[in-house]
Amino acid sequence: MAEVILTGLSKSYGTTRALQDVGMTIPDGAFVVLLGPTGAGKTTILRLIAGLDKPDNGDVRIAGHSVMQVTPAQRDVAMVFQQYSLYPHLTVRDNLAFPLRSPIIAMPEAEIAKRVQEVAEVLRIPHKLDNKATALSGGEMQRVSIGRALVRNPSIYLMDEPLSSLDAKLRADLRIELKRIHADMAATFLYVTHDQIEAMTMATHVGVLDRGKLVQFGTPRDIYENPVSTYVAARLGQPHINLLPASAFPGAPDNAAQIGLRPEHILVGEGQDTTIHRVEHLGDQTRLHLTLGPHNLITLTEPHTALKPGETLKIRPHNPLWFDATGNRI
Amino acid sequence: MGTYSVTEPSKASKWVAGLLVVAYTIITLLPLMWIISTSFKTGPDSISYPPKVFFEPTVEGYVNLFTTRTRPAVSELDTLPPPDGLFEEIARRQGTIITGPSRFGERFLNSVIIGFGSTALSIFLGTLAAYAFSRFKVPLKDDLLFFILSTRMMPPIAVAIPIYLMYRQLGLSDTHVGMILLYTGVNISLAVWLLKGFIDEIPREYEEAALIDGYTRFQAFRKVVLPQAATGIASTAIFCLIFAWNEYAFAVLLTSGNAQTAPPFIPTIIGVGGQDWPAVAAGATLFLLPVMIFTILLRKHLLRGITFGAVRK
Repeated sequence: MAEVILTGLSKSYGTTRALQDVGMTIPDGAFVVLLGPTGAGKTTILRLIAGLDKPDNGDVRIAGHSVMQVTPAQRDVAMVFQQYSLYPHLTVRDNLAFPLRSPIIAMPEAEIAKRVQEVAEVLRIPHKLDNKATALSGGEMQRVSIGRALVRNPSIYLMDEPLSSLDAKLRADLRIELKRIHADMAATFLYVTHDQIEAMTMATHVGVLDRGKLVQFGTPRDIYENPVSTYVAARLGQPHINLLPASAFPGAPDNAAQIGLRPEHILVGEGQDTTIHRVEHLGDQTRLHLTLGPHNLITLTEPHTALKPGETLKIRPHNPLWFDATGNRI
Repeated sequence: MGTYSVTEPSKASKWVAGLLVVAYTIITLLPLMWIISTSFKTGPDSISYPPKVFFEPTVEGYVNLFTTRTRPAVSELDTLPPPDGLFEEIARRQGTIITGPSRFGERFLNSVIIGFGSTALSIFLGTLAAYAFSRFKVPLKDDLLFFILSTRMMPPIAVAIPIYLMYRQLGLSDTHVGMILLYTGVNISLAVWLLKGFIDEIPREYEEAALIDGYTRFQAFRKVVLPQAATGIASTAIFCLIFAWNEYAFAVLLTSGNAQTAPPFIPTIIGVGGQDWPAVAAGATLFLLPVMIFTILLRKHLLRGITFGAVRK
């Protein structure tokens, strides 16, 4: 359990700039989710904190000490990889015990057995303990590799899209499980994903990365409600935020180039005429696909709406997000 | 995944394939069977024409392989005390008496020391080098790898004369250390290249996970890389041993009284009164055994196959 501070981290792999001047404070006990598309530098940040790669510039401090000169083993971090996570020549039990048998921890065997059993129960794999790691399904493998991090009590848990290979049900269960572990153990998590539901449900803080730069860092609510740019705004929200030219609606500020409308920014029943061209019933909600002149937008309505395609609907923006020509928030 | 046919081959083609395999097996095993059967024949049986397929087996060849004998006059034989032990009895039956042990045991032991010694050294150095080439930024990596491979581009015997002179200067001629170094030098390129291929196949993530789990680089190598490279190490070891075990030309050139291996020794086995074919065959048969046993022991490892199943691809 510790605070982790990143300052001015830069890293290039060959000619590819993976990270540029990233600074971030991960408070003790926080659950920080890094959000961004593939190639944004999320995994690189984890590797630099773990000590698997050295940054070209910048510093990583764990619990107040710079770890630049410290080996991965001495950094006291646990990491869940996106893949290749289990040692194929070992059983599930030995995989889980592996970190505890390391020379640094060297826990007595009796205690290891107890710890492994506990974690196996949390992850619902106690019946698989004596299987070879190769004899598991993809979901089971990923649970074991999460378990291999959980058996320890490190300064910080680094997780690289640990749930991306699991089916929806298991993903939902493990989301809650991870959140519970976070609360119970008061552990610090740095969690990489591109799944916005994981970000919104688990995070205490969200960092949004764009091509190697940290573009915004804040609470999930803050990121959702006050995005600094169209890029950040597009990371969160289901359905996606509607981005239209500012001229589509009256009342735009002088330097606005785009208007961003989430469903809650769209008031129905007054304002401009739009045509409904599709009605999607999703069960708990209904999505309306609207046409406003040359533009398309999507909003939500009640599940049992009587609206039909071809009908006209008046809409008006309500406290929308305005962006300038470079995509930055006004 | 490669592409493969899902249609069952026709019955006829299965028969043809089966016959070809049987024919090939017979062709490869026939010389082996000839050697093994000759080793259990008597001297006259071994050179009889047409060759005898069925014969009364005897271990004369093996007794002669391990002993030196003389043939005393018949009158003298009758005055001797009754034979002492099985070997003496078998020697007497041929009209000879044992005068001492032969050098075969010693030569065989030389082969074991040099063959297994150079295999162990090749694997040890090869694994470390292959790991470094596979994982680290080695300066001039490609050039070094090509240089290592280039040592294989000519037959080793092409450098026989310089090596002979060098070894004489260095005092390595006719020593076990000299032969181990020589065979290791020949095998190391094969070992590095084969093992590098196997280690390249092991994802780095395993070691990285171990590094984070609290192990040093060397511990991660020992606990994670080595077990997964076991298949590759086993097959590389077999190749190295087969070369070192069977090598003849350098052994003839560089060894004589002290470190001579079995291959140059076996053809020199001369019986009392003519070439002793059963003894030569017995030497060849015994010589086959270690490599066969080694291969059979490691076969399980070879067949255990690809363990990269815990990988999500």
